[in-house]
Amino acid sequence: MIELNDVRKVFPARRRAGEVVAVDGVSLRVEAGEFAGVVGPSGSGKSTLVRLVNMLERPTSGSVTVDGRVLSALPDDQVRAARRSIGMVFQHFELLDSRTAAGNVEHPLELAGVGRAERRRRAAELLDLVGLGERADAHPGQLSGGQKQRVAIARALAGRPTVLLCDEATSALDQASTTSVLELLRRVRAEFGLTVLLITHEMAVVKAVCDSAVLLEKGRVLDSGRLSEVLTREHSPLGDALLPAPLADAGAGHDGVLLRVTVTDRTPETLVLQTLVGQLGLAVEVAGGSVETVTGGRYGRLLLRAAGDLERLDGAVRRLRDDGVLIERVPGDSGAVAAAGAGR
Amino acid sequence: MSDWGRIYPQLVEATGETLYMVGVSALLTVLFGVPLGVLLTVTAPGALAPRPALYRLLGLVVNLGRSLPFIILLFLVAPVTRGVVGTTIGSTAAIVPLTIGAVPFLARLVESSLREVTPGKVEAALSMGARRRDVVRTVLLPEARPSLIAGITVTVVALISYSAMAGAVGGGGLGDFAIRFGYQQFRTDVTLLTVVLLLAVVQALQWAGDRWARHVARA
Repeated sequence: MIELNDVRKVFPARRRAGEVVAVDGVSLRVEAGEFAGVVGPSGSGKSTLVRLVNMLERPTSGSVTVDGRVLSALPDDQVRAARRSIGMVFQHFELLDSRTAAGNVEHPLELAGVGRAERRRRAAELLDLVGLGERADAHPGQLSGGQKQRVAIARALAGRPTVLLCDEATSALDQASTTSVLELLRRVRAEFGLTVLLITHEMAVVKAVCDSAVLLEKGRVLDSGRLSEVLTREHSPLGDALLPAPLADAGAGHDGVLLRVTVTDRTPETLVLQTLVGQLGLAVEVAGGSVETVTGGRYGRLLLRAAGDLERLDGAVRRLRDDGVLIERVPGDSGAVAAAGAGR
Repeated sequence: MSDWGRIYPQLVEATGETLYMVGVSALLTVLFGVPLGVLLTVTAPGALAPRPALYRLLGLVVNLGRSLPFIILLFLVAPVTRGVVGTTIGSTAAIVPLTIGAVPFLARLVESSLREVTPGKVEAALSMGARRRDVVRTVLLPEARPSLIAGITVTVVALISYSAMAGAVGGGGLGDFAIRFGYQQFRTDVTLLTVVLLLAVVQALQWAGDRWARHVARA
């Protein structure tokens, strides 16, 4: 379990730059066994946020609690001990070139004072787990990016952590390696009941593995929630970021009105189309959007352009909404309606 | 050239003196220079254990040591030499200024080697619960090893050149030999022979150093 309570991190002014508020009053909670993602543009404070969890950065104010221990209140030596139960994986792997794959996995055990025989046994076991049992004696330079990250994950798991922090763990990897590393993360999370906090700027990664997510902007939480919730919520900044509905250029040369539909399992777009096309006899085209299957559910954001006799449209939209369909007219589009009406 | 019989034993002795001076001072230089380099690295602002005041002081001392021409240093440290060795003459006495001259040189090279270890590796070790000294021992020094060996090689080569100067003021060795038997007796052939010998020693050292560095980089 990870809990941040009104955490602020301010970096003091440097010679040329003024002080930087990297994290500005963030509160969040990741339940034990949950796979949580933190997304946001670069410079939004994601990397600082993840470092606040294991005290690589100490908060300026606010508290950080991991598995019931208030880390932000502990002195350095106790923080060091606590870090052993928090694994961390980095964008650029950060394996030691002076050690073999097995030597890298043994490193945290060595630091914890585990005996040589036990270290060896455990490293072999972990490398098997990540599918690199054969490459135990390889140096990082002889491994591919995906393999390096697998070794790094094995290393992060060596101390039998309860929490795993991933800082852009797949951002330096190609598509195939990303997929396999994410699969591995999901597997180890299930196998060890890990709580995972994953930082990424890739929405696809969040959709592939996370139960919940936080959208960070300028050091603040803009939106958060379980994926199934934010994806079915209209105007959720996080949901819209995960399933972007490009706002089609509604103007010039196009007749009709724009309708925004939030597609979910319960409100499929077929119902919408039936109403608009079947009942109202409108000409409907898809102006943009995406529908995807995310962790088993079907979600989407659709932008429809309807043209024809629009008089009954508002009533139909209202009825659809009453039935629980997330549909609305895109505001500021009345000019197009007027033009369409005049054209008939 | 009938006097080669006279010169030859002197040459062998001088070579031995040079190897002795350089060998012992190299050992001492590594012993003091590496820790000093580590200290310079970790006390820098924003580093592992920032101590800005100590960092500036060490930096000043190191720069002082490096900016002094070695020939001046030779005379400046004479009282120290007398205190440690009991005399300022001879190969053993030359070891003191040689070491004092080379330690700051090596310390800077060590510092720049350690700085090249990416901060991410340090951070990774800290995230595993490493103490600062663990970071130095298990991350900084091992990761910088090839570059550290290259730095030590450069330092030893510099020591050979310093040792020739130390020889001129009573330390013996090949430098002293070249001056006394070559230069002062107008024997260009003897001077050249000495140069060739010095070159051979430097070449051998550089070759061995490069091989060692390559070996640990591959390992």
